[in-house]
Amino acid sequence: MNSTHDHDHPHQAVPSDPALRVKALESLLVEKGLVDRAALDLLVDRFEHQVGPRNGARVIARAWTDPAFRKRLLEDAPSAIAELGYTGGQGEHTLVVENGPKVHNLVVCTLCSCYPWTVLGLPPVWYKSAAYRSRAVIDPRGVLREFGTQVDEDVEVRVWDSTAELRYLVLPERPAGTESLSEEELAALVTRDAMVGVTKVAAPGEKP
Amino acid sequence: MNGVHDMGGFEDMGPVTHETDEPVFHAPWEGRIFAINRSLLALRKWNLDAWRHQIELLPAIDYLRLTYYERWLEINEQLAVKHGLIAPDELVAGVPDDPRVPKTSPALTAAVAAGPLGRGIPSANDPAVRPRFQVGEPVRARNINPTGHSRLPRYTRGKAGVVGIDHGVYTFPDTNAHFLGEKRQHVYSVRFSARELWGERASARDSVCLDLFEDYLEHA
Repeated sequence: MNSTHDHDHPHQAVPSDPALRVKALESLLVEKGLVDRAALDLLVDRFEHQVGPRNGARVIARAWTDPAFRKRLLEDAPSAIAELGYTGGQGEHTLVVENGPKVHNLVVCTLCSCYPWTVLGLPPVWYKSAAYRSRAVIDPRGVLREFGTQVDEDVEVRVWDSTAELRYLVLPERPAGTESLSEEELAALVTRDAMVGVTKVAAPGEKP
Repeated sequence: MNGVHDMGGFEDMGPVTHETDEPVFHAPWEGRIFAINRSLLALRKWNLDAWRHQIELLPAIDYLRLTYYERWLEINEQLAVKHGLIAPDELVAGVPDDPRVPKTSPALTAAVAAGPLGRGIPSANDPAVRPRFQVGEPVRARNINPTGHSRLPRYTRGKAGVVGIDHGVYTFPDTNAHFLGEKRQHVYSVRFSARELWGERASARDSVCLDLFEDYLEHA
């Protein structure tokens, strides 16, 4: 060791490349029987391919076309969402908040990254970013403008900071001119961002 | 603990950058650490509150510098060592100290992982725990500065709001994160006007709702 390097701080002995570190950690845990590689494969596949915002979009489209379902969804979201087959994992205590002519809802987790996995999958990087988490509560209208969303001054912006085990899904307004669309066609219009509340749902052919 | 993780209200974190057609994981290792994290949680050596607190304990400069899943990697290594699942030198070597030690059985097998995604949050319906506050009641977030884990953001402390919803009964993170018991209590959605939180610059119409544990609140 260099003679000038005599202070006593711990040196990082493991590789700094996260890919190598994760690989080493995984083999060690597998060797010790603490994790099951097949379970890891399955979890990755599940979150990459099965759970995601298309689930939430189907919930929203159902709420737009079935008033009884919409009512159940607003009163007891986990049960209503389970009717479509989506259960568990960060969704046990989901609340649905409805956008309308008087209120626009926006969801954030200022303390970490709480997000309704069951209906939206894992959160995107921007949702977990310091920029979004810090400003969504103090300057929600500014953040919305950065997403291209203008909310009129006479509409309340209501921010939901997910600080406990409740998870929030926004029920966006159904765009005008979509009366003839099927539930499936409506689901195709619903974006992840609209279900977090940073955008509105655009009508077909309209720029979101 | 007053840490940089408690971000509500900072304005120097740059613009929100939005990636179109973003993949779920940006590299295979992100998916692996995500899955390892869930597998280790299933061993129940620690709980989700302790897990969150471990992230909060990262020095601020690391918290801000590391990417999301780099933080997960960091704290899974730390927690596995802290709770005796692996020895520090094993982490360095990447192999078990003594390969003759019989393997344990993973808590999360493929068969279990294929089942429902639930992580077993107990029911919030517990009539035995009486609420101290009623819906519609004015409340104030207490001006407390816990030195351990807490889910009371700094930007609400001392501020007055109104109980909007009684969510039922949940485990108290401030004690559970430190393995000091569940101290189950009511959680309320409390609605604060944006002006109460941020003053005149905020729109008079806007509001922020937070889910706050009973111990964080007092009568206003």
